[in-house]
Amino acid sequence: MHREPEPTPTEPAKAADDPPLKADNGYTLGPVQAGPACCDPQPLIQVENFSLRYGLKTALANVTLDIYRGCITALIGPSGCGKTSFLSSINRLTDLIPGCGITGRICIDGGDIHDPARDVQALRRQIGMVFQKPTPFPLSIYRNIELPLHEHGVKRRADTVAIIEQVLRDVGLWEEVHDRLHSSALSLSGGQQQRLCIARALALNPRILLMDEPCSALDPIASGIVEDLISRLRGRYTIVIVTHNLAQARRIANYAAFFWVRGHAGSLVEFGHCRQIFESPAHELTAAYVNGARG
Amino acid sequence: MAEMVSMKSMRTPRDCFAKLAIYCAALLVCAAFAWILSDIARGGMAHLSLDFVIGSPRDAGRAGGIGSILVSTALVLAIALMAALPLGWTTAALLAEYVSAGSRFGGAVRYSLQVLAAVPSIVFGLFGNAFFSIYLGLGFSILSGGLTLACMLLPILVSTAESGLRAIPDAHRLSAAALGMSRTSTLFRLLLPIAAPSLAAGLLLGIGRAIAETAALLFTSGYVDRTPGSLLDSGRTLAVHIFDLSMNVPGGDAAAYASALVLIAALLLINMVAMRLATDWQRRKIMAENSNGYSNIDAPRA
Ligand SMILES: Nc1ncnc2c1ncn2[C@@H]1O[C@H](COP(=O)(O)OP(=O)(O)OP(=O)(O)O)[C@@H](O)[C@H]1O
Ligand SMILES: [Mg+2]
Repeated sequence: MHREPEPTPTEPAKAADDPPLKADNGYTLGPVQAGPACCDPQPLIQVENFSLRYGLKTALANVTLDIYRGCITALIGPSGCGKTSFLSSINRLTDLIPGCGITGRICIDGGDIHDPARDVQALRRQIGMVFQKPTPFPLSIYRNIELPLHEHGVKRRADTVAIIEQVLRDVGLWEEVHDRLHSSALSLSGGQQQRLCIARALALNPRILLMDEPCSALDPIASGIVEDLISRLRGRYTIVIVTHNLAQARRIANYAAFFWVRGHAGSLVEFGHCRQIFESPAHELTAAYVNGARG
Repeated sequence: MAEMVSMKSMRTPRDCFAKLAIYCAALLVCAAFAWILSDIARGGMAHLSLDFVIGSPRDAGRAGGIGSILVSTALVLAIALMAALPLGWTTAALLAEYVSAGSRFGGAVRYSLQVLAAVPSIVFGLFGNAFFSIYLGLGFSILSGGLTLACMLLPILVSTAESGLRAIPDAHRLSAAALGMSRTSTLFRLLLPIAAPSLAAGLLLGIGRAIAETAALLFTSGYVDRTPGSLLDSGRTLAVHIFDLSMNVPGGDAAAYASALVLIAALLLINMVAMRLATDWQRRKIMAENSNGYSNIDAPRA
């Protein structure tokens, strides 16, 4: 598609010069990189002609799109256009919804995820997901992360403790909670809960992170912290993020996909480099949406 | 300013009356409880002693103690719980987690439980007598009494556990699935610990109902007041004993009161222990798998 080498759209937002927001102390991911050069993108997730329906109602029609390894892909579009549905198709969470049916293919590394021989648990382990509303389990902070680790075979306490500390540092939560790991996760603030959920997803060392409006329930400061974090994860993870905040999409994403409701089903209108979608959209709906005229 | 926000200063006579009525109702409830308790205590205290609690009944229960009866009660209760708990909680897990809300099968199971819950206990007694005692040949025995009680407890256990599980938001199930957790471990490691208070509440209701039961046991475990030698012996439970003393034994009132006192004390004790166990278990599950020595993870400062 877009062959010309392009720098990452914009600098990741360094939310003002507020010292508490620049949390770059002690993270284990290494220095902040702008991610791999996206001039030679390799598709990791390939979606072909994917449609999804709830009962008789089609929620997504004929989506075809590649998601590139190591990049941040933003999904934008009005409410109800199927962004969440698309996201939860990638880790087959839609399997859990009664009456939900799909056609088409989603391949990860060339392998169809709906292959009957596919181990769904292993698939979901590779794909971390963060929901729109923070969803910590009503357990202790420690147990929130220990539980999935235990499920996936990390049983030695020393390993568990090390991983928990690492991921909590990665999301910048360690300093805030290390002395109360055994208190309830529900005692955290909303932003802390969301970061805990991100940490929980990271603990399984996934390759792909799906984030459904991770900042929508957060105040601007917490949202800045999470956004910062997402930018820092670029390159290590392939990230697909749904956001209603176009400025945010513009700041952090390498690619953007614009969804719209056509007829009664959501469909993909345009996909491309973030900068291109925002600055020179090919489709008039996209232009209207990113310029705030509609949606 | 203060008058604007304070409810107190806006009280009308009607409010006062309503408040009075509410307090009176609450007081009445407490008074009824206190009256029952004091009546039983007054009637039974004199008769109560250690010998009474561990001794065997003599003279149809007028003299002696209730030791053998406590043994039978404990055995019947244990059988009932051992049969009903696994069955009831598994059914609840099935209904809440594995069967879709509108499914026919789930509906049928729920409907039969509702019917079961509405059946009077005397009918359970007749059924238990016909099925366990006669058809299965268990006779008048602790075993048939316990199993009959188990049937009675099922609806309570299932409905409390199911509503406890259903009250857990789906978001937790989705998050667990997104983390690659299997359904089974989601159930055992996440959902059941969260629902533990409901499970405990159901358990307590069940125990209360089982201990208080007479009608269903008259025809199944019988009223032989010796210490049962095996589960196939007949045995008299505390409630049956009280019933017998007060209805059929002239001059047995004092012993009946004392037995009732023991029954109430036992109920209170069981309530306390069960609550304690449930919270402990929940805490263990919620904090960490093996919680020894975790609390001192200190931050190796960066
Ligand atoms: N579990 C479900 N059962 C039936 N219909 C559903 C279900 N989930 C979503 N839908 C429908 O599918 C369509 C797409 O929903 P989806 O949640 O994917 O939208 P979205 O783009 O994420 O919206 P938002 O931005 O508001 O989160 C909507 O019309 C919605 O009503
Ligand atoms: Mg959504």
